[in-house]
Amino acid sequence: MSADELRNDGSQAHGGPQAGGARGGMRVNDRRARTHRGWLAFAVHRVSGLLLAVFLPVHFWTLGLALRGEAALDGALRWYETPIFKIGEWLLVFSLAVHMLGGIRLLLIEFAPWRGMRLAWVGAACAASLALSLVFIAHAWS
Amino acid sequence: MAHGTEQLRVRVWRGAAEGRWQDFDVPRRDNQTVLDVATHIQRRLDPTLSYRYACRVGMCGSCAMTVNGVARWTCRTHVSRVCGGDGRLELAPLANLPVVKDLVVDMAGFFDKWRDALGRFQGDAGRHEPVARVKPDSPARRAADAGVECIGCGVCYASCDVVSWRPEFLGPAALNRAWTLVNDERDRAGAARLAAVAGDAGCHACHTQGSCTLRCPKQIEPTAGIAGLKRMAARAALRGELDEVDGGRP
Amino acid sequence: MMPARDTRPQGGPGGAAQDGPGRSAQGGGHAGLRAADARSAAAAARRWYVQRLTAMAMALFVAVHLGVMIWAMRGGLSAAEILGRTRESVGWALFYGVFVLLAALHAGIGLRAVLAEWTPLPARGAGLAGDAFAALLLVLGWRAVWAVTWAGAA
Repeated sequence: MSADELRNDGSQAHGGPQAGGARGGMRVNDRRARTHRGWLAFAVHRVSGLLLAVFLPVHFWTLGLALRGEAALDGALRWYETPIFKIGEWLLVFSLAVHMLGGIRLLLIEFAPWRGMRLAWVGAACAASLALSLVFIAHAWS
Repeated sequence: MAHGTEQLRVRVWRGAAEGRWQDFDVPRRDNQTVLDVATHIQRRLDPTLSYRYACRVGMCGSCAMTVNGVARWTCRTHVSRVCGGDGRLELAPLANLPVVKDLVVDMAGFFDKWRDALGRFQGDAGRHEPVARVKPDSPARRAADAGVECIGCGVCYASCDVVSWRPEFLGPAALNRAWTLVNDERDRAGAARLAAVAGDAGCHACHTQGSCTLRCPKQIEPTAGIAGLKRMAARAALRGELDEVDGGRP
Repeated sequence: MMPARDTRPQGGPGGAAQDGPGRSAQGGGHAGLRAADARSAAAAARRWYVQRLTAMAMALFVAVHLGVMIWAMRGGLSAAEILGRTRESVGWALFYGVFVLLAALHAGIGLRAVLAEWTPLPARGAGLAGDAFAALLLVLGWRAVWAVTWAGAA
């Protein structure tokens, strides 16, 4: 740990300001308090959810092109052949899988008999999602 | 025991909301706790340092502060556990609470939220009634017992990012307290307490990050209690009980 | 010295009434916020179980959707392939119609929380934005379902 780096709110503390980026006169936590599996699970769940939320309107709009006929939809789908979209596709499937599997972990925590934070799920969900998304890509690109 | 350095380089927050970091060199010892370090600084190096402790044996929770970015009890934190060969320590006040001076925070808001969560037992039996017979192994009593050891040290509250992001969030300690009371068969607060702890300032704001459960020095699991409160609030909402408390407003 | 922010919530159902001496005397600045939250306790509880119910239901829908996609996307995707499956299919119309509804509800509630915590939007604004997003997904989504089932030219 570098003694010169004071990570609160991502701001650098110097002589003057609050305890490294306080909020309203209070200290806030930085990365050091967040490097644990439960927090990682939260972060992955939120980021994947946001990615899916951004993706869905685009997805619906693309499919809606069928209103103008098959050719219109095909035109859009051809965009998806480009490499950057292929990577996006992989990211999407990964996001969907990890959001769902992480969500199932939360459902177990909230509804099933209490068995702790089910941290083993976190790694398992990431691994399974990776596998699933790779299978998808392998199939789609074959 | 050999150490990489014989001196600890300790960075300590001085001031309140505004202030500065001050560095101290503290001799490193075997079996040294972070509380020993703070005490050494205050007694030998700078008597103007303000910090809290009381029992110094892990019972009172007064010594809670942020050590190398993580909320801990300093009396129960061995330097060797948090400090590697580089011998660097950072002492800061707890997060999410106003800083009074140096390492001391104002706990009033923390306890106000206990009050707002109706974290106070409300019974209706008087001294002339027989003592309540409570089965110790009933599921409700076991749930309550899992949370009653809380001594209000504030570590969970300081560890919670939702508290940082939503200042009105009651926080893990207050919600855990409420959980022990809704599971207490002698308590009569009922739906009023559920209404107090439900909502986006209450249990529904918890995202199961689990920092509270990870850091609680008494191994209490506020995440479990909060999940339980979510279930109870849902049942009460479905039965229309929460609406009655709120005066019928959706 | 910067004044510390007052994080103490005031009022709330039963909260104020319970207090005896020793309660911190603070201005009513937060009283309105806490009271509003109290009134919305039931609403928050409902949002919570709607989100969990839609999540549970969507686990099935997602499994089917992913399965179909993996099976269907062998060697690429074309409009003809998609529409060949979905055109004039009551089954797919129902499936995706319900799926869109579940997703809209779930995403709207989720987005509300993210906006309330990570943007300067107040609680009400975050709620409205979340609801608006849900409406957007509903409109675009059902339009897409219509597009691939019964609408449009060949």
